[in-house]
Amino acid sequence: MSSDIHALSGAYALDALDSDERSEFEKHLADCPICRAEVDSLREAAAGLADLTETTPPPGLRERVLADAAVVRPLPPLVDRNRRRRRWRALLAVAAAVVLIAGGVAWHPWDRPSSPASLSAVGRVQHAPDAQRTTQTLPDGGTVTVYRSASLDKAAVVVKDLAALPDGKVYEMWLQDAKGSMAPAGVVPAGVSSAEMVLDGPAAAAVGAGVTVEPAGGSRTPTSDPVALLAFGSA
Amino acid sequence: MEHLRPVPDGVPEQGASSEPDLGDLLRRSSRGDQAAFATLYDTVSAKVYGLALRVVRDPAQAEEVAQEVFLEIWRTSSRYERERGSALAWMLTITHRRAVDRVRAAESATRRDVVYEQRNQPVSHDSTAEAAQASLEAHRVRSALVTLTPVQRQAVELAYLGGYTHTEVASMLELPVGTAKTRIRDGLIRLRDTLGVGARDEQ
Repeated sequence: MSSDIHALSGAYALDALDSDERSEFEKHLADCPICRAEVDSLREAAAGLADLTETTPPPGLRERVLADAAVVRPLPPLVDRNRRRRRWRALLAVAAAVVLIAGGVAWHPWDRPSSPASLSAVGRVQHAPDAQRTTQTLPDGGTVTVYRSASLDKAAVVVKDLAALPDGKVYEMWLQDAKGSMAPAGVVPAGVSSAEMVLDGPAAAAVGAGVTVEPAGGSRTPTSDPVALLAFGSA
Repeated sequence: MEHLRPVPDGVPEQGASSEPDLGDLLRRSSRGDQAAFATLYDTVSAKVYGLALRVVRDPAQAEEVAQEVFLEIWRTSSRYERERGSALAWMLTITHRRAVDRVRAAESATRRDVVYEQRNQPVSHDSTAEAAQASLEAHRVRSALVTLTPVQRQAVELAYLGGYTHTEVASMLELPVGTAKTRIRDGLIRLRDTLGVGARDEQ
């Protein structure tokens, strides 16, 4: 059941879980940044459906709502940063034994496979029959597109127009497994804004990929909040 | 004659450009700004009430749900996190959860009492559809729904607008148990990608 729990994200976003499933999934959410990001994005989609049901409320409602507000004090903001940290709890729990393997990361900044007959390593993942693709725009601009082929057990990433980082900082990629652990999967070389690479590590069992900003050379565990989290579909 | 010049192409619809920033209104509400909250109400009340009405069907109950929702929005406005999504989605999430909890509580009470009280017919159903059809956003959502497979679309609609659980949806669509949740997720992902909405990737 627990390997399947990610599949509940859609039903959770639509409140279509019964109360037992709901609490089980919420426990899972606390440790799974990929599912949290997915639920947030699916709720955004669901909110669109409310455009289909717009109805002017009875006139008395406004007065009662405003009367409620007049006598109720809004809650104070949550001031601790644990909530943001929690998003990365899964990442920080990654076993210290995980070692960043820089080898095996094939970088081809700016150049694209010119002839389809000889596909690059990235191209092989992109064009695998079972390849899945997911894209995200970063808050400071640029896009990250991750391809995953379960049959090849590989994932590849194409980044475009990434925002420049301060000196000594790089973008690092991560793969998340079903248990919520994040494994380092490669670093975008400093100063490179557009590139493609095959990610380190087995990808068939991964449930998603993340991107963080790390000190040059990359980190073994993420040290900052993600700038992107991308969920894979079920393999 | 400058002032007679038509609005240039590419300028957003009047409704869109003059729409207040909901995140900003929430932030001001969290500081106790009742005027901001009133503007917030005026901006989203048709969506909140309409969604509650669609799920619970009974106008009197929908009104109660909407009132509870707005009180919760007011009380918890400081807890909205902009980086996790739009203010509208946050408010509609609260609305949907409350509406669904209301129908499920009512249903289990009904089952206990055995007496099945005929629910009110969805009175304003047709006028709702008419009003919604007029809006551009609704047109966009309708077009996006067409990209879903029929089963995905039915599963998403039964879950969201009908307020049914995925096991109920599976039974209603005669799908094997466990399949409906996948259809719901796949359908929502397609809807999200077609509508071009996302959580953190929106500014």
